[in-house]
Amino acid sequence: MDMKVAKKLGLKERYTLLTRDLAWETTYQPMDKVFPQTTYEGIKIHDWNKWEDPFRLTMDAYWKYQSEKERKLYAILDAFNQNNGHLSVTDARYVNVLKLFLGSTPPLELMAALGFSMVGRQMVGAGPRVACLMQSVDEYRHFQTQIHSISNYNKYYSGLSEFAHQQSRMWYLSDGKSFFDDAITAGPFEFMVAIGFAFEYVLTNILFVPFISGAAYNGDMAAMTVGFSAQSDEARHMTLGLECIKFMLEQDPANLPIIQRWIDKWTWRGTRKLASVGMMMDYMLPKRVMSFKEAWEIYFEQNGTALFNDLARYGIKVPKCFAQTVAEKEHVTHQSWIGFYMKPNAMSFHTWIPGKEELDWLSEKYPNTFDKYYRPTLEYWDKMEKAGKRFNNLTQPMNCQCCLNTVKYNEPDDPMSTCFRESVYQGEKFHFCSDHCKEIFDFEPEKYIQAFISSNQALQGNCVPEGVDASAPEFNPAEHMVDYWRLDPAVQGDFNGSQDQKNFAAWRDQATKN
Amino acid sequence: MSNAFIAFQKCEETRCIVEAITDDNPNAVVNDQPAMVKVDVPGRLVIKRATVEEKMGRPFDLQELQLYLITISGHLDETDDEFTLRWNS
Repeated sequence: MDMKVAKKLGLKERYTLLTRDLAWETTYQPMDKVFPQTTYEGIKIHDWNKWEDPFRLTMDAYWKYQSEKERKLYAILDAFNQNNGHLSVTDARYVNVLKLFLGSTPPLELMAALGFSMVGRQMVGAGPRVACLMQSVDEYRHFQTQIHSISNYNKYYSGLSEFAHQQSRMWYLSDGKSFFDDAITAGPFEFMVAIGFAFEYVLTNILFVPFISGAAYNGDMAAMTVGFSAQSDEARHMTLGLECIKFMLEQDPANLPIIQRWIDKWTWRGTRKLASVGMMMDYMLPKRVMSFKEAWEIYFEQNGTALFNDLARYGIKVPKCFAQTVAEKEHVTHQSWIGFYMKPNAMSFHTWIPGKEELDWLSEKYPNTFDKYYRPTLEYWDKMEKAGKRFNNLTQPMNCQCCLNTVKYNEPDDPMSTCFRESVYQGEKFHFCSDHCKEIFDFEPEKYIQAFISSNQALQGNCVPEGVDASAPEFNPAEHMVDYWRLDPAVQGDFNGSQDQKNFAAWRDQATKN
Repeated sequence: MSNAFIAFQKCEETRCIVEAITDDNPNAVVNDQPAMVKVDVPGRLVIKRATVEEKMGRPFDLQELQLYLITISGHLDETDDEFTLRWNS
């Protein structure tokens, strides 16, 4: 019998049908009115059809694999929670890493979901529109699954319940919020470089790979499964960012200087955001897989150099800040931990002085800096604590107007002095943590003068809980900060002596004895 | 030459996938870490569907890699038969 059987379509054909045949040129309204944001950044695109998602993921395959990921993830979460998994983590200090992660990461995933919805709407080509749509759904998934995975800990430990309230108010959570606010309020192409390149390629490779491997090493199956599940999407996200950069560079040589400026800017902003992630690896995981310095070398220096060498054929140069980030990798995590340790009553997680073996590990991993600059401070504070005088810095921190980090990093050529920079704009003085942040500000001052810096706002009487009159003559802004942040009293103070420490010891005891 | 790399969550499927990679990429370096495995290859890393199927003893769609992927490095090209990561320099 002569019957023709239709051959199953290949991956490339299916992808072409989705991203080419389903798109059309608008006729009721001109295309530039339908997609109004694609030109004002100066990026020139001549042929949107040149864009191709190398994963060639179609919607049917997307739903199929994403739903499979979700089923695996929730099965593991149920098993972990049913088995009292929280008591199998190395020690109760570990939970503090989740407190910082919960405040800093899921809210950013939500901002990424919003950002990719907005950018997906603006992209003229159907290829990037589809990829942005998938990424937006992914980011929403990450936002939800991260909260779900940590919600079980919220039943037992302090400091987790008010993360959503705290994200836009807490002094140390503003750096991440500022990163995304900056990206979302930029144009669609800058957003793609900020998130697709700097955030996905530089940042998530460290947050979700060695850090999450560390969570697994510390017995936290919930964080492990949610982190790896998220990162399985990030491989696609990095590819989208990389594809976008290549696409812009190939479309018009005039795009090069604009893209170079974005790469310079966002690599630096990503680096600053990583200081606290690195601190989580070096100080907050009771058992460590690798140091932040080692992770930085693998995932930024080697992996970043591979990318920059590859893009050199288009004229892209290594980001301006590259040498400084290499010099700082031996300092930033220690400076961050010291910066947090000194504010025990102003954070939603506990800090502590590492034990002797942990200090030795840091000495070994940071032979050029730790013993010389940081160990003596930590040992001095340890003595103070043991003498009943736990160090507590009661002053307001100064934040960088650009990256919102507290100003705490050293001068590039002098580890013993703090780097301060300032610019005057319209008669007002603004402060920065570095030359790179000052340069970013100076290029777009109107944008960065709007930053919400909680320590400045508090002194102006703008950080008060409901019912407090900031204009009253006896008003003292510092008195109300804890209420304004809705800071759990149980999470204030050093880890030693905390409720978490006592509860964990008692529960673990119950779990192993009759 | 820069390394192309790929990392997977550790499970039965990825044990077969990593075996297939080491068969098809003689310069592959496998790095075991808690809960994950990372494979580096100078310049170009290829995963061939046929080799993975042979290791698993069942049909395998390369897009199934999505389930186990943690991270990649290199420009990607994916077809029905090969998943390739490559740096041009």
